[in-house]
Amino acid sequence: MSSVRQAVAAVVDPEIRVVTIDDLGILRSVQEDPDTGRVVVTITPTYTGCPAMEVIRADIRRALAAVGHPDAEVRTVHSPAWSTDWISDAGRAKLAAAGIAPPAPVRRDGVVPLTLAVRCPRCGSPETEQLSRFGSTACKALWRCRSCSEPFDHVKAL
Amino acid sequence: MKGSFAFTLALGDDALIAAQRLAEWTTRAPEMEEDIALANIALDQLGAARLLLSYAGELEGAGRDEDALAYLRDDREFRNCLLVELPNGDFAVTMAKLLVLAAYQVPLYTALADSSDERLAAIGGKARKESAYHLDHASLWVRRLGDGTEESHRRMQAGIDQIWPYADELFVAWPDAPVDPATLRAAFDETVTTVLTEATLTVPEAGWSPTGGRDGLHTEHLSYLLAEMQVLHRAHPGARW
Repeated sequence: MSSVRQAVAAVVDPEIRVVTIDDLGILRSVQEDPDTGRVVVTITPTYTGCPAMEVIRADIRRALAAVGHPDAEVRTVHSPAWSTDWISDAGRAKLAAAGIAPPAPVRRDGVVPLTLAVRCPRCGSPETEQLSRFGSTACKALWRCRSCSEPFDHVKAL
Repeated sequence: MKGSFAFTLALGDDALIAAQRLAEWTTRAPEMEEDIALANIALDQLGAARLLLSYAGELEGAGRDEDALAYLRDDREFRNCLLVELPNGDFAVTMAKLLVLAAYQVPLYTALADSSDERLAAIGGKARKESAYHLDHASLWVRRLGDGTEESHRRMQAGIDQIWPYADELFVAWPDAPVDPATLRAAFDETVTTVLTEATLTVPEAGWSPTGGRDGLHTEHLSYLLAEMQVLHRAHPGARW
């Protein structure tokens, strides 16, 4: 991996700061023009209204400026639409370690994801229940563990 | 107006006005979870509105961006359906509105995802996932209230009866649009009839069906909504956070 790509891939998500934009699958590509050396980064939002996108763009430009590319361009694409299936295994492990239950795989035969048992990220119990279908960010719902009683965030399968 | 510009503008206006109305619930919803839910749904609608209005501005080619379209048009220039500008009413009315809106937006965005227009296809492919969650949410509430107590049933039925006439406007034929809304009516009817039946509610009889939003002829409610939404931008042109 080039140092340019490494710099971009290390940008953390401003709302879930334990994972990077690469872990989440928000980062789609990093290209360097072989002639001009200009870097073009392509990203995609998790949700259309995600308010973190502006900060992510600024953070990418700042990270690239620090490695000698102050004129980088950040493009936003919407197709193919982001899916939680793009969150890497490393990203899922980091979410779980931070007390955020990672999403289940998305069922492919319909637009509405199938709800599978969500394991408590703290004690591992499958005895959990949904408290709120929406959470602190667009991509999460609020759950509670019936075994250890802890509430926790769950990234909704999308 | 050119077909795809007018259509993209209408869809963008639907989403924008729905977002503004839903956001009025913030800090006023019946419970904390619902406060968060309605704000999140409003945010999804706003996200779709920004993409649609930005693209509409490009299609028009007159140099108007999303902000110019959202903040610098008067009521007669808005093309949203009447449904989304109606006052929120009680929680049951809001859920009736959300059920009708989402049951229309899901097949609309799904059809748009297969459109030959790449930009609209990308927006449709993205927004349909979010709308499916809105539909799920509204359906849960309509079932819970309809099949709840005598009082919740009465108010949910009243909400449906009040909103129902405004559904027809969503499906008025628009043959030269990228997706003709008339083709979405069967899917809408099936979804809504299933939910209302499960909720022990009665599907209202067809009757009075007001239209005009797509031609810029709105209810008096839109002007008040726009006054609140646009005042800052108009009082301080070019203001930045």
